[in-house]
Amino acid sequence: MTGDSVILGSKSADKSCLSESEQILISLNFAHKKTRGFLLDVDLALPLSGVTAIYGASGSGKTTLLRCIAGLEKSASGFLSVGGQCWQSESLFVPTHQRDIGFVFQESSLLTHLTARQNLLLAHKYTKQRLVEPHLQEVIELMGIQEQLDSKPAQLSGGERQRVAIARALLLQPRLLLMDEPLASLDSERKLELFPYLERLQSESQIPILYVTHSDDEVARLADFLVVLNHGKVAAQGPLNEVITQLDLSSELGSNRGVVLHCKVVEVNEKWGLVNVSFKNGTLWVKAGNDNVGDKVRVRVLATDVSITLSDHKDSSILNRLQVTVSEILKDGDAIALLKLQVGEDVLLARLSNRSVEELKLQVGSSVWAQIKSVAVAR
Amino acid sequence: MFTQGDITAIWLTVRLASTVTLILLLIGTPIAWWLARTTSWLKGPVGALVALPLILPPTVIGFYLLISMGPNGFIGQFTSWLGLGTLPFSYWGLVVGSVFYSLPFVVQPIHNAFEALGDRPLEQAATLRLSPWRAFFCVAIPMSKPGFVAASILGFAHTVGEFGVVLMIGGNIPGQTRVVSVQIYDYVESLEYTQAHWLSAAMVLFSFCVLLVVYTSLSRNESGAKT
Repeated sequence: MTGDSVILGSKSADKSCLSESEQILISLNFAHKKTRGFLLDVDLALPLSGVTAIYGASGSGKTTLLRCIAGLEKSASGFLSVGGQCWQSESLFVPTHQRDIGFVFQESSLLTHLTARQNLLLAHKYTKQRLVEPHLQEVIELMGIQEQLDSKPAQLSGGERQRVAIARALLLQPRLLLMDEPLASLDSERKLELFPYLERLQSESQIPILYVTHSDDEVARLADFLVVLNHGKVAAQGPLNEVITQLDLSSELGSNRGVVLHCKVVEVNEKWGLVNVSFKNGTLWVKAGNDNVGDKVRVRVLATDVSITLSDHKDSSILNRLQVTVSEILKDGDAIALLKLQVGEDVLLARLSNRSVEELKLQVGSSVWAQIKSVAVAR
Repeated sequence: MFTQGDITAIWLTVRLASTVTLILLLIGTPIAWWLARTTSWLKGPVGALVALPLILPPTVIGFYLLISMGPNGFIGQFTSWLGLGTLPFSYWGLVVGSVFYSLPFVVQPIHNAFEALGDRPLEQAATLRLSPWRAFFCVAIPMSKPGFVAASILGFAHTVGEFGVVLMIGGNIPGQTRVVSVQIYDYVESLEYTQAHWLSAAMVLFSFCVLLVVYTSLSRNESGAKT
């Protein structure tokens, strides 16, 4: 493959030690004819596993990037390979229908003249795509669309339509599932309704997913790997927490950023309505949901919810206190500082005033206590 | 009520209109598809050319067709070369003339239907592994069915209602080119008003029914799209 040297020479590939067959390599360039000046210029090496969120403000080019990967933007130039299979290079352009993908569009995601069932089975009716009956049942069950199969898209709610669209993509058993803001066209109630299905998809499906979104909530709940786009360029890429804790991304990530800890439920305290969850180097109390001991949960700790004390305040109302080491300090404007706190291998962020940093004499290497005002299980 | 000549004329008209509609669906569909999808500068000129019969007097179209289908015209030389002789004053001459004359009535409804589709259904089809050809036949055409229904009805009805072009290139040969509209003209010329009444009333009824079907199906589609 001609593009290898370009990709392997770039800094993105150095970071990961994955082989080419486990990666999506993208080096694409795209200038939109209609909205002159808009440019997508990206160089990415993404893992071909788990959920990779492509995050950015509207107009950052994230949907365009996804469409380029699907082959829907034919005038993009560059190199693209998925799992060692080249889909685009200078001399090659594999058309969309020959790319082993599933695609879930943001809206108008189903063919309106067909029922949900006909939508699901369209590919199997007209192409050589094999239909495995148990797999069909499995997918229908996973997305909870048994009742909707004989309805036309116009009779379904927005959330149901998206579930059918996801099921239709899954039925192809694609090598890569591309999802373009599948929740963005839904109101907040429908979003909540669809989330559990996405989480089941994330935990039960083996299919790698590229998930375009502008919501940090969705990133926190679903993503393993994060790409941040800004004006058509890659601002950052890497494992979720690694990117979130890059302090200099303040304009891209906003003030609502928070790390995601992968925890396990170790105790359910019904008296106080709390559950105790543990991560590698500590435990946290979080508000109880329907969790059982042993469940894996993603816990999100926002930088704005973390404050610092120099000693352990046992007399505090705050339940969650962790001993941490300051590993990085960045002044974000005149008043605010962002601190990176190390808890063993895990990292927390804290957003403090510059005055506090000064008064507490916080420096890189300081051993302090982090008080976490509220901890939310990402759900 | 109807004379033997009337029946022959009605039968000829139905046969002509059916043949023309079939040919127009075959020719008009690719033209409509191209017009709906292309970004070429030729879109304007081709669209205008297709729409020309809407505003040109039938005599103008008939005149040019007569010339070009004649022994010295390019169509005439082509058909002679094929060993078919020349087309004017024959059934197939009428077919060719009517295809030109009714083209916009078939192309425009299909064109509108294709344009209303947008890109998304075809993009969906592509991500579902359908090749462009399959996507066209299995997604674009079924989704544009109302457009095709309207196109067929309008193409058929417009050919039935044709008079000027027929008279210019077909003349008035019983069983070959004497269609209903010409038959009525003959009756009026020879002051046989009773016969003219019967045929004319039949035409009015037919046209009304056709338009009724078109408009009710159109309004049903619109209300269907809203829900």
